[in-house]
Amino acid sequence: MRIFKVIAEDFLFYMAMAGRMTIFFFRAIAAAATPPYKISEIIRQLDFIGARSMFVILFTGLFTGMVLGLQGYHLLKNYGSVAALGAGVGLSLVRELGPVLTCLMVIGRAGSAMCAEIGIMRNSEQIDALECMAIDPVRFLIAPKFIATLISVPLLICIFGVIGIFGGYIVGVQIFDVSWGGYFQSLYDSVGWDDLRMGLWKSLVFSLLIVWINTGKGYFLHMERDGGFGAEGVSRATTGAVVLSSVSILVMDYLINALMI
Amino acid sequence: MKLDGSLYLSSEEIVIEFQGVEKSFGEQLVLDGIDLTVMKGETLVIVGASGQGKSVILKHMLGLMSPDGGKVNVLGKDITKIGRRELTEVRKRFGVLFQNAALLDSMSVFDNVALPVRERTDYTEGEIAKLVMDRLEMVDLEGAGDKYPAQLSGGMRKRAGLARALVLDPEVVFFDEPTTGLDVHKSNEIYRLFRKTRDRLGYTAVIVSHDAPKIFKLADKVALLAEKKIQVLLPPEKFQLCDNPTVRSFVLATMGPVYDSAREEVMA
Ligand SMILES: Nc1ncnc2c1ncn2[C@@H]1O[C@H](COP(=O)(O)OP(=O)(O)OP(=O)(O)O)[C@@H](O)[C@H]1O
Ligand SMILES: [Mg+2]
Repeated sequence: MRIFKVIAEDFLFYMAMAGRMTIFFFRAIAAAATPPYKISEIIRQLDFIGARSMFVILFTGLFTGMVLGLQGYHLLKNYGSVAALGAGVGLSLVRELGPVLTCLMVIGRAGSAMCAEIGIMRNSEQIDALECMAIDPVRFLIAPKFIATLISVPLLICIFGVIGIFGGYIVGVQIFDVSWGGYFQSLYDSVGWDDLRMGLWKSLVFSLLIVWINTGKGYFLHMERDGGFGAEGVSRATTGAVVLSSVSILVMDYLINALMI
Repeated sequence: MKLDGSLYLSSEEIVIEFQGVEKSFGEQLVLDGIDLTVMKGETLVIVGASGQGKSVILKHMLGLMSPDGGKVNVLGKDITKIGRRELTEVRKRFGVLFQNAALLDSMSVFDNVALPVRERTDYTEGEIAKLVMDRLEMVDLEGAGDKYPAQLSGGMRKRAGLARALVLDPEVVFFDEPTTGLDVHKSNEIYRLFRKTRDRLGYTAVIVSHDAPKIFKLADKVALLAEKKIQVLLPPEKFQLCDNPTVRSFVLATMGPVYDSAREEVMA
């Protein structure tokens, strides 16, 4: 009997959490979509989520492209078609690795920080204080993060793709013997609008997932099972948010692939 | 049972009304049938030992917590039943000081005090600066506008919180321990400030305080929270002379025997 009780309690807890998170999502979207926009806060967030992720993204993008170039070159050499390297590097970056790796990096850099920031504000009653001042905390705190993430993550993904293609070029053309023209021609021939569209969809869906899960976990810190108390509560929620958003991105990646291929 | 004999007061004058409010956290019962009324323009002081649930009562008034049983009416609205938008409208008439001040810690003191003005009015930056500087002067913080909450002392944070609570001339103010952590001079200063702003704005006030008996000078009514209930709700003079044993021991503990003889005089 006891076990049923535990299962039922678990079930109810997660259903309630899912309900809260869903309402939170739509409130945030509504607040982000309607004026007044908090321009200065959005710019601050763009700087934090976007501009300051640049270096990491350039770095990971470059090396991902170089690894792809290296692996792809040796693979293609066996088949005598090294010119297809551009296609291989481009397609993997645009369709898969660009969106996924960029988002994982953004989660690690900005997502965790968002969760911790909101969580600390929840813990120290700052969110309650906002509500008592008749200021909607979702509009005030969350909406600018939604807008900034939705703008900067797709851009970061584009940058990741471009620099990655450049990395593949360095390895394939500069280090090995793929021709300059062959690399870019095969890239141009094989990466089509379909692939870009897939990349775009992923970048939009992933950015929403990142900002939703990370801010939501912080916002509902006090509703956590273990109470989310203190510094440890914040760190636990942050870890949870990072893991959950990373996993959801991989799952969502699969779903989008399954739907769009 | 009406503790204050306010049976025949008209309902639009009631600003806050609790009817049999119950609240538990998990297994722990904190409030067990709280009845309270606060009339317009009145100052209610809630006293009681630490951990009795005074802040919890305040959070019910603010709509931050909802009771497990009973009713909470604030400004004519059942605050647990109204929607978010209506609740926001009610809260626009509030000025709130949290026990821990709850300043936004990534904003300077100036921006904290300016926040409600920026968010809720269309004052120009010049007007905002004037208003905020006026409020900061009021609480003796005119030099600390550029500081961040983490750079302030506990008492300074309290005062900054007070400035923020009073910046938009509220109708109802809720102060959770406004003078805890302040020295005698500063707390006297706050009391003077409180009286001055109340006379000017005529607000209704709910103050939680440990500073008995000094705080009684400001009170129209004093409520003692003990054993999960409001023991009495009385004007301060009557409170100090009340026969209820819990109140007696509270009064004796906070005021010492000086008042005892006064009581004997009255009793005689
Ligand atoms: N969010 C909460 N979750 C669980 N228990 C709580 C919560 N808030 C308050 N309590 C409990 O309710 C009781 C009353 O707390 P409250 O903060 O109202 O005390 P208080 O009368 O304001 O004390 P103090 O004078 O020290 O501020 C305490 O026993 C506390 O443990
Ligand atoms: Mg308290």
